[in-house]
Amino acid sequence: MQEALRFQPAGAEPVGQADIVVKARHLRRVAEGAARGLSLTIRGLRKAFGDNEVLRGIDLHIPAGQFVAIVGRSGCGKSTLLRLVAGLDAPTAGSIAFGEEPRAQDIRVMFQEPRLLPWARVLSNVEVGLGRERASADAQARAERALVEVGLGDKRGQWPSVLSGGQKQRVALARALVSQPRVLAFDEPLGALDALTRISMQQLLERVWRDQGFTAILVTHDVAEAVALADRVLVIEDGRIAEDVTIDLPRPRRRGSAELAALEGEILKHLLEGSEDTFDL
Amino acid sequence: MSLIDSLPRVGAPKLPKVDGLIPWIVPLAIVLIWQLACVTGFVPSRVLPAPTDVALAGWKLLLSGELVRNIWVSFWRASIGFVIGGGIGFAFGLANGLSQLSAKLTDTTLQMVRNIPHLALIPLVILWFGIDESAKLFLVALGVFFPIYLNTLHGIRTVDPQLIEMGRIYGMTDGELFRRVIFPGALPSIFVGLRFALGIMWLTLIVAETIAASSGLGYMAMQAREFMLIDVVVLSILIYALLGKLADSASRALERLTLSWHPAFQKK
Ligand SMILES: Nc1ncnc2c1ncn2[C@@H]1O[C@H](COP(=O)(O)OP(=O)(O)O)[C@@H](O)[C@H]1O
Ligand SMILES: [Mg+2]
Repeated sequence: MQEALRFQPAGAEPVGQADIVVKARHLRRVAEGAARGLSLTIRGLRKAFGDNEVLRGIDLHIPAGQFVAIVGRSGCGKSTLLRLVAGLDAPTAGSIAFGEEPRAQDIRVMFQEPRLLPWARVLSNVEVGLGRERASADAQARAERALVEVGLGDKRGQWPSVLSGGQKQRVALARALVSQPRVLAFDEPLGALDALTRISMQQLLERVWRDQGFTAILVTHDVAEAVALADRVLVIEDGRIAEDVTIDLPRPRRRGSAELAALEGEILKHLLEGSEDTFDL
Repeated sequence: MSLIDSLPRVGAPKLPKVDGLIPWIVPLAIVLIWQLACVTGFVPSRVLPAPTDVALAGWKLLLSGELVRNIWVSFWRASIGFVIGGGIGFAFGLANGLSQLSAKLTDTTLQMVRNIPHLALIPLVILWFGIDESAKLFLVALGVFFPIYLNTLHGIRTVDPQLIEMGRIYGMTDGELFRRVIFPGALPSIFVGLRFALGIMWLTLIVAETIAASSGLGYMAMQAREFMLIDVVVLSILIYALLGKLADSASRALERLTLSWHPAFQKK
């Protein structure tokens, strides 16, 4: 490393150690990511609950390994879209196709509630995430690795009830990660956390996404979170994608930077304009 | 938390043994006062015999083997009746909690039967079974059935649907889902039913044995009444209380063992 730094041409920008690590990670992700993540194509997707037409024709392509954030007013159908992608509900019309035929453990969801089994220790809760492979010989080792990945290696033997909200959500993340999914859908996973825990969880999400290269779909009501984490932000309105904003900023992104704030403002403005049309809400 | 609580306590007593004895102070005092009241003649022994007299009566019955035999008979009736009634109640609770069809078929009927106080059936039961063993077993089983049935059903129906959905998402089979999510989730409620059922079990047995029996603790008490042996009557009552307490402690111990994950059972 030292050698490499010294042999830089004189005019090059100085590169810190940390940057090199981040770049290396990024390269690794690009190399593996194409293979790890699954692309996703949605065509003419509709979903109605009785008379209530929630999604009215969604067309969307998400390349493999992309981090997409979905924002929109409460009740606009974000969770519904996510549940359709995860195969938890069936669409009324339209199709969702993945780049390859996914296996059950290739697509995982994380909810706002951690949904841990209160009567199972932390490690067993993570093992649940292995699905059909739960009985395999290396199940426990894999679960332990996933716990270490989210920084909770020392909590393996605890009951969920003694963990803080943020820790519970990290266990839920480990459970979602342990089967090495290729698509990970998040439904406001940080919505119930306090501001500081939220920021560290956002950094954790970004890190595991970079390390593992899955395709990430994050539903959030926090526009700042969306622009800080995602490659692309989708705004849903009236059951359709009203706006598709590419966030082309280098990572790691600095919170509160002018560019992020500008993007956030733009998207917020759009959301607020939308709500003025429907004063009855 | 107040300021006082957060300050380190200087010279706070650290005697856990003494702590465990505190609940026994009041009962001991009562027995002591009772004894004093009897010895001084404040309470005539025809009304209430002294604790020592009761103990003596117990000792005599113990030596004759009568006490052990009667306790054993009562204990046997209680357990068999409990296993039969509780088992059937648990099975119906599971079936109706897990299957819509089963619930539609039987729940309404069971809810109607529930409104009959089971002790009201005593005359009918005597006509059917005489004062045979089966009469007592039937009554105990019937009494125990409903608390177990209702609480098992309630426990299964109130398992967090989000956890069930989670189990399904992670590919649990029906069997695994039951074993890992539904049953553990229903367990706290099942224990509530168990404790209720234990109380009803003793109550039913006492009544049944006093009215229609030729052995057992209740019978022993009724016999003693005929011969004005008030010390034996009091003894029987105390033994009933003791057995009830024992059953309750056993179920609590089981609860602590199986619900150690529950915040209410976690040691500080
Ligand atoms: N299972 C359901 N049955 C009936 N209506 C539903 C169901 N799920 C969601 N909805 C309706 O669909 C709309 C969108 O809900 P949702 O996707 O949860 O919104 P959000 O964007 O806040 O996540 C709401 O009006 C909600 O009432
Ligand atoms: Mg939602």
